[in-house]
Amino acid sequence: MSSTIIINNLTKHFGKITAVNGVNLTVEAGSFLTLLGPSGCGKTTLLRCVAGLEDPDGGEIYVGDKLVFSYQKGISIPPGKRELGMVFQNYALWPHMKVDKNITFALEIQKLSKEEIQKRVKDSLAEVKMEGYEDRYPREMSGGQQQRIALARMLAYRPKVFLMDEPLSNLDARLRMDMRAELKRLHYSSGATTIYVTHDQVEALTMSTDIAVMREGVIQQMDTPDRIYHYPANLFIADFIGNPKVNLLDGVIDGQGSVHLGDFDLAIDTHNAAGKVVVAIRPEDISISTVHVPGSVDFSAYSVLPAGSDTTIVARRGKIELNAKEMGISKFKMDDKIWLKFDQSTINLFNKETGNIIANN
Amino acid sequence: MSISAIARKASSLTVPASFRRFIRWLTSARVILSIIMLVVMFYLVIVPLYRMVVTTLTYQEKDLFRVPEAQVGEYTLFHYIRMLTSQMAKPYLYDPIMHSLVISFGATGLALAIGGGLAWLCIRTDLPGRIIITQLAVLPYIMPGWTIAQAWTVLFKNRLTGGSSGVFEYLIGQSPPVWLSYGPVPIIISSALHYYTFFFLFISAALVSIDSSLEESGDLMGASRSRILRKITFPLVLPAILSGFIMTFSKIMGTYGGPALLGVPVKYYTVSTMIRSAIGIGDKADAFVLAITLILFSMLLISINQRIVGTRRSYETIGGRGFMANKTKLRNWKGALLAIVIIFQVMVIVIPLGLLLMDTFMLRSGIYSLDNLTLHNWIGESVKTINNGSPGILRNPKIYFYAKNSILLSIWTAFFTAVLGVILGYVIVKGRGTRLSRLVEQLAFIPYVIPGIAFGAIYISMFSRQFGPIPPLYGTFALLVVVSVAKHIPYSSRTGVSAMLQVGRELEEAAQVAGANLLQRFRTIIFPLTSSGFVSGFLLTFITTMRELSLIILLVTPSTMVLSTQTMRYKENGDDQMANAVIIVLIVLVLIGELIISRFRGGSLSKGLGA
Repeated sequence: MSSTIIINNLTKHFGKITAVNGVNLTVEAGSFLTLLGPSGCGKTTLLRCVAGLEDPDGGEIYVGDKLVFSYQKGISIPPGKRELGMVFQNYALWPHMKVDKNITFALEIQKLSKEEIQKRVKDSLAEVKMEGYEDRYPREMSGGQQQRIALARMLAYRPKVFLMDEPLSNLDARLRMDMRAELKRLHYSSGATTIYVTHDQVEALTMSTDIAVMREGVIQQMDTPDRIYHYPANLFIADFIGNPKVNLLDGVIDGQGSVHLGDFDLAIDTHNAAGKVVVAIRPEDISISTVHVPGSVDFSAYSVLPAGSDTTIVARRGKIELNAKEMGISKFKMDDKIWLKFDQSTINLFNKETGNIIANN
Repeated sequence: MSISAIARKASSLTVPASFRRFIRWLTSARVILSIIMLVVMFYLVIVPLYRMVVTTLTYQEKDLFRVPEAQVGEYTLFHYIRMLTSQMAKPYLYDPIMHSLVISFGATGLALAIGGGLAWLCIRTDLPGRIIITQLAVLPYIMPGWTIAQAWTVLFKNRLTGGSSGVFEYLIGQSPPVWLSYGPVPIIISSALHYYTFFFLFISAALVSIDSSLEESGDLMGASRSRILRKITFPLVLPAILSGFIMTFSKIMGTYGGPALLGVPVKYYTVSTMIRSAIGIGDKADAFVLAITLILFSMLLISINQRIVGTRRSYETIGGRGFMANKTKLRNWKGALLAIVIIFQVMVIVIPLGLLLMDTFMLRSGIYSLDNLTLHNWIGESVKTINNGSPGILRNPKIYFYAKNSILLSIWTAFFTAVLGVILGYVIVKGRGTRLSRLVEQLAFIPYVIPGIAFGAIYISMFSRQFGPIPPLYGTFALLVVVSVAKHIPYSSRTGVSAMLQVGRELEEAAQVAGANLLQRFRTIIFPLTSSGFVSGFLLTFITTMRELSLIILLVTPSTMVLSTQTMRYKENGDDQMANAVIIVLIVLVLIGELIISRFRGGSLSKGLGA
């Protein structure tokens, strides 16, 4: 019931702006790919090209074994014939139709039998836990409920591919958490290939099987959430992923096996690199203690920010400032002297000039 | 073969990809509809204009006895030379142009003062009874444009034009001076009292949408009230004022009724009445030269206006909904201003209608005694000596036939106009930023700059013979529908655009993804969601068409006569009471129509006007 999506060298311009620039992408059947990036990076345009709502200026798109778009061959199959379903950012429920009409709209176009249509309405509403809402108008429901109906509408016509354009961005933080779990479950039970667009890295990390990070119309890196998180291909991605943000410190390699940072040296595998580098240290990969332990460096606690389950400590040493994260409520006070120890295996080095990761293992 | 079938076929053949891409572009919903709209507007606007210009540049049959050696159809500047430089130029062209300009500027200025003042009182002050006043303020617009002119003649008729005298003479005992009975003064006043509604609606909408915090911040800085009004409020409503200005000005330029009733009796010709008389004596080409000058003046004015306000903002009003907070306290002025407003509304609504109604109950005009009262004009049998033998209008089968024509014309026009409006709105909004969309928008704007009577005139030459796939339409009812629809294109496209802007594009895209084709999307998504704009557009068109005169006066024939043109014919035959009775019938029909149509969800006259 699912299809592989292959995108070759896809390009889309809007006037002088290149929204999508030569994108190559393969979405394996049944996987959940998130297009992640800041606003204006082309992720929504790319999704809309797959849906057939935009006409690209170059490249090809396959859905399953069907060529749905080819600039070279002059082919573009209309959206309704691409066997995909889409959920829009603002749900796009038709305000003049009740829930059941919203859901049966596509089914009636497909000329399914009455019984089948009724069954599909029931099943899809059950799937999103919205039984009994058939007679409501969209405006009579909350945002979260409308979101579920939008999902049910897509599920009812059983597309082979789900396309979702920031579907959770209009919901409040709590609902968003709940819906993440639901969406992930939905993907799991339907097995449909899913392309999901978001600018929220937590959404991307929690739900996806693969993430493609986009910037200025180009895919920067496509990988599993785990690898995107631990081995970002460049500084842009490293900076974009993670909360609190990764610490990026300027350093110089002058020798083997250590990086010079301000007034101390950090022992690390330098992969035979030399010159100016940027050191990326995740806040949660720093351990803090009140006493000196071997390999630790002394800092002072500039600010302590407890948040219940964890505490962020802003530490300073000379011109260097970095965030460290500790589980639970911290015992440190401001201006305490603290000793930081860095987990060397999780530190990434980036070339200062190119911004690319050094020795991506 | 359906369009998608053509597209499929095109993609299965071994043709170059660029050709296939072109076909795909060509067969996309927006482009197909844009092209259809372009073709429609080409036929309705460009071709008639072109034909009219060609007519003025060629010898006509009528010219043969003026220029015996001429060949019919031969190219010549004869008509322009004749109309611009010969001794006829002054009475036939220059004087009417002067008169038209005097009337248009005078009436537009007066309408602005009335409409603006009334809008300010209703929106920005604590005047009691504002809501009722607001509702009554649009009533004069519903009445035919020449109602007040007609009532004026009942009141101020003097013996200059025929035996009977007016109410004024009866009451005062003296004939009113000619300048008060006929000529520019009464034309200006009667036109202003009809057309102030545009200003009222536009300026009201602008005033409502101004956030009063803008004014309050001026207040806090210590600016005086009049300074705030001048420096803050006025610039903010300026676009509304200017859009009202061009709309009113170009309407009055092309208006026929008032100048015909109040100008022609004293030989005070405007361009519009001169066009009619030139057509009447068969000088079509001369009439067209006049029409072209009218169009040029109208275009000149609009382009000046555009320059002042900046590109195309002029006929948009400030959008959005502000918050109403401070209303100017009228204090001691309250009573006086309320009295003035009430007197004004009585003057423009009650008195004209009262005069007309009264006149219809009089056997002979100008005799004010009880034994002159009669129902003959309404229900009388035909008597040879009265009204040239016409029976009372409720007994006259012709009147029922004309009423049926009026209603059918209005309904068909309103229907086609509203449909066109939604489609135009769709292609303009969907293609925002593309050249095609701009072209459609610009073409749709052209009828706006062509005054009513000139627009009617250009249709005479267009459809008098077969043109392309279109059969000769002159003298048919269909021609009246076509010209009315064409003239309404600018308004309908504007209503359509604002209605489409309310519909998020995802709503259509969701249907597209669900597999709905263009027709299904229009039927199930676009039309239902734009229905309130559709109804408003329908209502506005229905009303304006019902009482349209200038546009169709040159095109009606006995078999396509409508009520509005029949009033003019009665008037021309001297059957004033009959003419007045027909106006009353017309107003009643318009009101009934308005009541029925506005029952539908969301329809409102002011929305239809784009205010």
